[in-house]
Amino acid sequence: MSTSEIDRQWTTRLRKRTFGKLPPEKMLPDTQPSYVSSWIYVFGVATISSLVVVIATGCVLAIFGPAWWHTSNVGHFVNSMHLWSVEIFFFSMVIHLWGKYFMAAWRGGRALTWITGMVLFLCSIVTALTGYVSQSNFDSQWISTQAKDAINGSGGGAFFNLLNGGQMLMWHIVLMPLILVLLVGVHVVLVRIKGVVPPIEENAGAVQ
Amino acid sequence: MSKKAFRPDVDAPEWKGGHSPYDIIKEGSIAIAVVLILTLILAVVFGSPDDPAITLKSWSTTAPVDFATTALSELNGTSGTATYGAPYNSQNSSASQQLGPLKLEYWIGVHIPINTAKVFVINPLKALPGQPALDKDLAVFQNASASAKTAWLNNYTKAAANMKFLNNQVVVNASDAGPVPLMINDLTQMARSGALDEALLTGDSFYTTDYTDSLLFISDGSYLGQVAQADHLTGSQWGMMNETGSWPGQAWLWLYTFWYQVSPMNSSSNGDVEVLAIMLLLTVGLTLMPFIPGLRSIPRKSKVYRIIWREHYQNQTKD
Ligand code: HEM
Repeated sequence: MSTSEIDRQWTTRLRKRTFGKLPPEKMLPDTQPSYVSSWIYVFGVATISSLVVVIATGCVLAIFGPAWWHTSNVGHFVNSMHLWSVEIFFFSMVIHLWGKYFMAAWRGGRALTWITGMVLFLCSIVTALTGYVSQSNFDSQWISTQAKDAINGSGGGAFFNLLNGGQMLMWHIVLMPLILVLLVGVHVVLVRIKGVVPPIEENAGAVQ
Repeated sequence: MSKKAFRPDVDAPEWKGGHSPYDIIKEGSIAIAVVLILTLILAVVFGSPDDPAITLKSWSTTAPVDFATTALSELNGTSGTATYGAPYNSQNSSASQQLGPLKLEYWIGVHIPINTAKVFVINPLKALPGQPALDKDLAVFQNASASAKTAWLNNYTKAAANMKFLNNQVVVNASDAGPVPLMINDLTQMARSGALDEALLTGDSFYTTDYTDSLLFISDGSYLGQVAQADHLTGSQWGMMNETGSWPGQAWLWLYTFWYQVSPMNSSSNGDVEVLAIMLLLTVGLTLMPFIPGLRSIPRKSKVYRIIWREHYQNQTKD
């Protein structure tokens, strides 16, 4: 095999592209530019961390099945942890979002990071909604029968039925978490590739 | 970027300043530990709500008249579900919500067909074993002409305004109502025994995870709404943001639920789809913010970033 033949292999090309764009020292940096010294940067990390806790507590609920937490005190406590980690998750994410907005953090080729962030926000809302209607208690009855009208009004109710408990539980514990985790991966890798956005330039001739 | 003019809302300057040590793995680990501890504290202090679900049994036991009245509306085709339109049943297009000229719901059509008289009343009654009188009346009802059915239902519906529940029986002083009184009374008894919950759920199959029929029936009555009202969960009470008790609900939907409080959405019969459209539009706008001249300058002009990066700008002026 000649070297050019090796160079043309799919594997070689994938490796070169991946590690060319994202060498290990960018993926796992040991220094940061000195402007990265504000509390606002905590909220991206807090969002990921709370997602970890959300998924972990969700996995415990999954081990014992959807009816468990209604009858077990331990189960109810795990459900409380699931709820409160979700509240922390959304709280952090919303501050993260508006923080990035006021930093105009899409500058310098970071628009895709911003867009994947917005898609994450929307997917998180869908995940939470499917979770609320999967509780199998009074809240899920009320929320599903109320929210169905908006979904039906858009025509989507024909395919996404909030009153179909099995469908909602599947979306909540399989499809949406899968999408969220993949998207968070893309989002964070994009941040690592581009590096953290530098402060807004005030001295350059202000041309828009 | 060499020759093109620098656009401060689109381009980022190249960083020529210093770097400081940063331990990403340590920071991540600490963050997870902190969130875990905070979650534990919140879960211990506040817990979470779990009010039991309403059943057709509990509803018809607590509020038999509301149940029987709702059952009648399913039978005479006036209930919320019976008149809903797509995706549950075919109605003329005005039954469905529409967004201006867009009748999305209507165009996509009936995908979860529900004939309320059949699915909610007649089929469950048919499934009751050992009821010769009821079986006879059901046969009479089903074989009757459309005009005879309408006359019975109208006579019963008029008298049902004064419906009472006495000695465990639905009492309506209707004359000439054919089999309707027995059907409504028997369905109420069936509901109070719990058998209707079973019948609606396992009508088609043993394994089931679809609660559409039972939930639509329950939400056609007033009882569900009364319980929700008492727990301040209705739309005009910003209900989306609450859960039962005083637990926070989907607080991130504050803007979504806001639109339900203002005109014309708070009274429009198309309110749901209108609010959805407004939110979609705003969301698309925010998503495409980096590409919208003017809007994308707001962060720079607001100068909030000066607080975020204040050390950086302080150092800059020092230089
Ligand atoms: C599941 C939700 C999300 C997670 C887990 C997440 C996580 C992160 C993390 C860990 C970072 C790097 C640290 C930082 O700069 O704070 C980051 C950066 C970023 N995020 Fe998110 N994020 C999420 C949602 C969002 C949303 C909703 C937006 C806004 C629409 C957004 C926009 C951005 C942008 C523009 C950056 C780059 C920041 C920079 O270069 O300074 N993210 N995200």
